[in-house]
Amino acid sequence: MVVWCPGWPIVAAGVQPGTPAAVVRADRVLTCSAAAGEQGVHRGLHRREAQRRCPGLVVLVEDPSGSAVAFERVLTVVERFVPAVEVIRPGVCACRSAGVSRYAGRRRSKAGDRSGDGSGGHLAEEYGNDVDLAGRLAAAVGHGCRVGIADGLFAAGLAARRGLVVQPGATREFLAPWPVRDTLGRPELADLLVRLGVDTLGDFAALPPGAVLSRFGPDGARAHRLARGLEERPLALRQRADGLTVSVELDPPVDRADRAAFAVKALADGLHERLAAHRLVCTRVAIEAVTERGERLVRLWRQDGTPASSTVAERMRWQLDSWISGAGDRSSGRPTSGLVLLRLTADEVTPDDGHQLDLWGATNETDERVARAVARVQGMLGVDAVTTAVPGGGRGPADRITWTVWGEPRVPRLPESAPWPGHIPSPSPATVHGEPVPAEITDGDGLVLAVSGRHALSAPPAWLSVAGGRRVPAVAWAGPWPVDERWWDPAGRRRLARLQVVTADGAARLLALRGGRWWVEAEYD
Amino acid sequence: MDRHVDRHQVLPPIVTAALPTALPVLPALRPLLPGNGLRRGGVVSVSGGPGATSLLLALLAGTSAVGGWCAVVNLPTLGPAAAAELGVDLERLVVVPSPGRRWAGVVAGLLDGFDVVAVRPPGRVGPGDARRLLGRARERGATLLTVGDWSGAGLRLSVSAPRWQGVGGEGRGRLRARCLTVRTQGRGAAAQPRLARLWLPAPGGGCTAAPAAPAAPFTESGGRAATTAAGTGS
Repeated sequence: MVVWCPGWPIVAAGVQPGTPAAVVRADRVLTCSAAAGEQGVHRGLHRREAQRRCPGLVVLVEDPSGSAVAFERVLTVVERFVPAVEVIRPGVCACRSAGVSRYAGRRRSKAGDRSGDGSGGHLAEEYGNDVDLAGRLAAAVGHGCRVGIADGLFAAGLAARRGLVVQPGATREFLAPWPVRDTLGRPELADLLVRLGVDTLGDFAALPPGAVLSRFGPDGARAHRLARGLEERPLALRQRADGLTVSVELDPPVDRADRAAFAVKALADGLHERLAAHRLVCTRVAIEAVTERGERLVRLWRQDGTPASSTVAERMRWQLDSWISGAGDRSSGRPTSGLVLLRLTADEVTPDDGHQLDLWGATNETDERVARAVARVQGMLGVDAVTTAVPGGGRGPADRITWTVWGEPRVPRLPESAPWPGHIPSPSPATVHGEPVPAEITDGDGLVLAVSGRHALSAPPAWLSVAGGRRVPAVAWAGPWPVDERWWDPAGRRRLARLQVVTADGAARLLALRGGRWWVEAEYD
Repeated sequence: MDRHVDRHQVLPPIVTAALPTALPVLPALRPLLPGNGLRRGGVVSVSGGPGATSLLLALLAGTSAVGGWCAVVNLPTLGPAAAAELGVDLERLVVVPSPGRRWAGVVAGLLDGFDVVAVRPPGRVGPGDARRLLGRARERGATLLTVGDWSGAGLRLSVSAPRWQGVGGEGRGRLRARCLTVRTQGRGAAAQPRLARLWLPAPGGGCTAAPAAPAAPFTESGGRAATTAAGTGS
C-alpha cells in the first residue's frame, strides 16, 4: 500500500490549495501545483519563464528538510491505521498491504469490545475491506492525498497516482497499459525502449527475461521484473539482516538536531562500512531514538539503488528534526525529553551486485546469472536449501565452519581471531561428518584404546574399524589433541580427545574419543 | 593472499560474447587436462579412493582464482576449510547439500549461472539425465564435475596410491602433506592417457607437482617404515 501526497513540497510549505506555486532548485522548476500546471508551468522550466507564464506564481526554494519535518505529521496519522510505515521520500510512504486490514480490524474490534457492543468480528470484517480502508485513510490524512493498494511497492505506487485498489493477482494487467516513461524511474532506459517501439509496461513485460538481461543489463532486468508485476529484486535475496546495527549514546542528551550531527555522520559511516564488508546493500533502514524518559521512536526509510552514507545521514537528520521539532505537539506522542541514544539498523539488505561491477567489470553480468540460478533452486527446494560456508574459529573441523543460507550476512558463529588451543592444525579434512560415524580403535592386543587424564594413549593404535566394518591396520597416527570446552558449564561441558590415524590403504581420518567411544569426525580424503 | 592478487591481474573469463574454451586450473593440474583447463561444456568425473574429494576441490580452485563461481550439489560432508586451503573462494562457492530426488533439476538450474557445478549423484544416473545435463552444460558453457563414474564423461580422473607425510608409527608430528597419483582416461582430445604425481595437499597447503617416481616404495609390510621416513623429511 502506498500513500502519496501530490506536490508535497508545496503543501509542506503551507501554500493554500488552489494557489499557483512552484518549488525550484537552481532556478529550475522541480514541482508545481495543479493551478500552476494549468498555466503552462512544468518540471524543468526556468524560474523566469515560469513566472512569465504565470505572473501570480509563488516561488518556493527547495527545502527537503522542511518537507520531511512536515511529513512526519502525515506519518503519525497513517500509523494510526497501519503498522510499520516506511518513508519512501517526503510526500510518499508505504506499508505492507498484507495484514493492513487485519491490523486495522483488530484495533477496531478492540475498541468495539471496550465500548461493550461485543460485535468486534463484524466490525473487523467491515473494516477489512481494502477500498474502505483506503478511503478512510485518505480522508484522515487530507492534503488531497491518494492511497493505492496493489501487490508490490511498484504497482501500489502507480495505483496511488489514481487512488486505486488493485485486486490481488491483477497486478500485471493493471500495469500493462501504463507507459514506460515516467513509471520505471529510469529515463534513459525508457527512451531506449520507446525508440525500439516498446511503449507500455505490458509490451516491456512481454519481452523474454533472458533477452532483456543481455540487452539492457542487470538494471534493465530489474526494471523488467517491475513491469512484470514482480518485486524489483527476487525476494529470496532480500533477507533481513540481524546484527547490522550501529548505535551511539548521546551524553549530554540532545534536544536539537544539529547537536547530533556528528553522531549521525558517524553512525551512517559505520553502517556503510559494515554493509560494504558483507558486500550488502541496504534497501531499508530503521532509524531509532530513545529519550531520557525511555520513550522509543522508530521510523523506517526505504532506499533505492546504492545509497551513499551521506544520503543515509541526511535522512537521519531529517528524521531527528521531525521528532525534535514535533516535541511540543501533544497529539503525536513526540519526545518529551532529550535524546540519549541513536540507533541505525540495516533493516532489509540485498547482496551488492554493483560492487562486483566496480571491481571486476564484466563479472557483474555473471553475478546476475548466478543470482537467478540460485533463486531458481531456492524456488525448487526452499530458500534454506542453498547454503554457503563461512570460516570461523573453533577446535573441531565442524566448529570452524558456519553454514549460512545463501544471501544472508556472512558472519561466523565463533570468532576466527581468538586462540583455540587444542584445534587441529591444517591441512583441513576434505570430508567433515555432520553426524560423527562410530568407530573402534584397538591396540595390538585387541583392546579398545583409552586416553588417560593426562592425555596419554593407553597403547599405540594398531587397528581401525569404521561403522562396524572390516578391521584395517593403522600404520601411522598423531595426537591426541585434548579438548575441554566450557568446563565452567556442567551442561555444555565437552571433553574429548582427537587423533589422526592413517590406515594401510592410505586413508587418513580424524577420530575423537568422547564419552568412552571413538567416532570418525572427518576424513582427509 | 596470492589468490587476491591473481584476481586483480587476470581478466575474468566469464564474458558471454567470447567464452574461452577452458576454465583455468591450478598449474600443477594443467598437464592432466587437455587444453590445460576444464573444458567448458564438458563433463569431468573424479573417482578413486582417498584423495578424490581433495582433487575435486583442487579442480575448483582455478576457476575461483579468476573470480568464477562454483556450486557443489549433494555433498553434505564437504569440508569448506579444506576447499579454502586449496584456493577455493568460499564467497563464490554455493553449496546445495541435500537436493534429494530433484538433484538433476538442481544441477541443471545451477549450470545456467555457474561456471563449474560439482555433483555427487545419489545413485546410478539414467542415460536421459546424463544426456540432458551434458546438453545444458554445453549450451551454457559450464563444466560439470562429478564424483564417481559418469557415463558420457569426456574425461575421467582417478586417484590412487595416496601417501601421507608428517606422521609415523610413534604418534609424533601431524598430517602435513600427501602425495598421490592421478590418472586420466578420456575421449577425443583426451584419449591419450596421462599420469601425474601430485602433492595434494602440498606441504604448507595448495596443490603442487610431485616427482613422477614415487619417493619410496610403499608396501603393506614396509608401510609403517616408509611413512615414518617420509615424515621426517618435511
